[in-house]
Amino acid sequence: MELKTKSTVIIGGSATGEILYFDTPISFWGGVSVKTSKVVQKGHPQNGEATANKILVIPNLIGSSSSSAIILELIYSGLAPKAMILGNHDAIIPIGIIAAKQIGWGSIPILTLKNPDFKTGDWVTIFPNGEIRYEEP
Amino acid sequence: MIKLSEYEKNVLAGNTGTPGDQMAMELVVESAKILGANSLIPIVSSHVDGCLYHGDSGVLYCEKLAENGTQVKIPTTTNVGALNLSKFNQTKLCKEKRDMAYRLMKAHQEMGCIPTWTCAPYQAGARPSLGQQVAWGESNAVAFTNSILGARTNRYGDFLDVACAISARAPYYGLHRSENRTAKLMLDVSNLSNKLLQEDAFFPVLGSMVGKLTGETVSVVHGLPNNVTEDQMKALCAGAASTGSVGLVHLSGLTPEAPNTLTALSGQKPQETIPITKEMVIEARNSLSTPGTHKIDCVAVGSPHFSNNECRTLLALADRKSFKVPVYICTGRHTMANLKHDGADEDLRNLGVTFVIDTCVVVTPILPKQTGILMTNSAKFAHYTEGNTGYAPVFGSLIDCVRSAQSGQLIWDNSVWN
Repeated sequence: MELKTKSTVIIGGSATGEILYFDTPISFWGGVSVKTSKVVQKGHPQNGEATANKILVIPNLIGSSSSSAIILELIYSGLAPKAMILGNHDAIIPIGIIAAKQIGWGSIPILTLKNPDFKTGDWVTIFPNGEIRYEEP
Repeated sequence: MIKLSEYEKNVLAGNTGTPGDQMAMELVVESAKILGANSLIPIVSSHVDGCLYHGDSGVLYCEKLAENGTQVKIPTTTNVGALNLSKFNQTKLCKEKRDMAYRLMKAHQEMGCIPTWTCAPYQAGARPSLGQQVAWGESNAVAFTNSILGARTNRYGDFLDVACAISARAPYYGLHRSENRTAKLMLDVSNLSNKLLQEDAFFPVLGSMVGKLTGETVSVVHGLPNNVTEDQMKALCAGAASTGSVGLVHLSGLTPEAPNTLTALSGQKPQETIPITKEMVIEARNSLSTPGTHKIDCVAVGSPHFSNNECRTLLALADRKSFKVPVYICTGRHTMANLKHDGADEDLRNLGVTFVIDTCVVVTPILPKQTGILMTNSAKFAHYTEGNTGYAPVFGSLIDCVRSAQSGQLIWDNSVWN
C-alpha cells in the first residue's frame, strides 16, 4: 500500500532518501558538527549520527540564530542533509539555504509538518508540492 | 502576499545599487515571506553578529555581498569576531583559519560597519531610542535593546542581520509590531529579600530563570527595586537570552515600556503569574555550576563584554593582591580606551589579568587546555562554556571570582544569597 502525506513547503524541491528522526530538540549551532555533519549535542539520543545525505525529521528545532551559518557551511562542504522536515516553523535554517542558493551552491527542500510521523530508517520521496511518499526500502 | 515599495522593488530587480544590494534585498524579502510578514519596515541601525567565523562559507558569502563596494545604509556596529585584532595569535586557530576569520571581519569593515567588535554595543555608543525600528543580532544585545532601551528588533542572525543593514529594511513582524510587545507572563520577585535584590550576582541568575520560565513569550518582572544598575540589567538580559529565546523582558518601574506592571501588560491580566521564591533562585544558581568542584583553573568575566565600571570594580575588589590562576577579562575597545586613560589596564595586568579584546574566550579557542574548571560571574558564560570550550563552569559573584582567583581554590560566600 502506498502512503502519502502533505506538508507545507518552505523551500521547494525533490529528494529521496533515508529518514533520520530526532527524538529530542536540537539546535544546529552547537548541536551538529560542520566538520563531520554528526550530531554532537551532549546527551542527545542521536549523538554520533551523521546528518549528511539523510532526510532529517526534526519535530522540535531550537532556533539559535547562528544556525543559518551552520547549514550554509554543511551545503558548501558537501555534507548537507538531503532534505529537512520540521515540526515547527523556522526561518533560520531556510535563511542559510537561501544564501546557499544565491551564491550557487545548491539547495535542499525544507518542509514543515505538525507531529511528523516517521522513524529512522524509513525511505521517503519528497515532491516540490510538499507531498511526501513512503518508499519500499 | 508581500507588498513592496517602489524603491524595494527596484533594488530587488537590480535596477539600482550593486549586485550585493540586490542579494541583500532578496534575502530580506525571502525571509519576510517565510516569516509571514506582509511588508518590510525601514530600520535606523543594525548590530551584526555574522562577523564570527564558523567556516569558510560565511566568509565567501559576505565577500560576495561586499563586491563592487556594497555599503551598509545605516549605522551598523559589529559583534565579536573570532580574533583579537591587537593580538592575532591569542586565538589558537591554524594560520589558514585565522586568515579566513580575518577576511570575514575585514569584509564587514569594507561594507562600512563601525568596527566595535563587541557584544555590548549599547555600552560602546550604539543606543537606539524608544520606539526606533532596528535590526540587531547577538541574543543579549537583542534583549537589551528591546527591553532596556525600548527600540524594536527581532532576533536577527547570520546573513539576515547584514542583509538588513545593507537594505535598511527588515521584515515587519514579531517585536517590530506594537501588539507583540505586551507582556503575557508576570514574574513576581517582590517576596525576595531587599538585600538579595541589590546583589549583582542575583541578576544573571534571575535572567537564567526568565529564559527557562518564559522562552519566547514576552514577560514582565514585577518587584525589582528602582536602583537597578545598567550592568545588572545587562547581566539579566544575557542570562535570559542564553537559557531561552528571550527577545523582550520588561522590568517594571525600570524599563521604558514598563513604567508600571499594568502598562507592560497593556492593562490585561497576565496569562500566568509566577512567584519567584528564594528556593527557586538557589536552584537556578546551582544549575549554573558543576557540582563537586574545589579547585579552579581560570576565571573568565565579560559576557557580555565587561564595562569600564565592572573592570574598575574588579580592580578594587582585588585590593592589589595578585591572582594565582589566569583571569580573562573579555571586553571591547571602548572599555580599553577608558582603562588606558589612567593606567587601570596596567594595574589589572599586573594582578594577572589577560585582556581578550574584540572577541571572547567562549566563542573562539583561546583557553590553554581542552578541559578544566572555569569560574565566572556570567550566566551566559556558565551556559555555553562546557559545550564550546570543554571547561566545566562554576558560577559565583564577582567577589567570589576574585577571591577564588587569588587562592586557586573555589571560594563561595553564601551570605550573598540570603
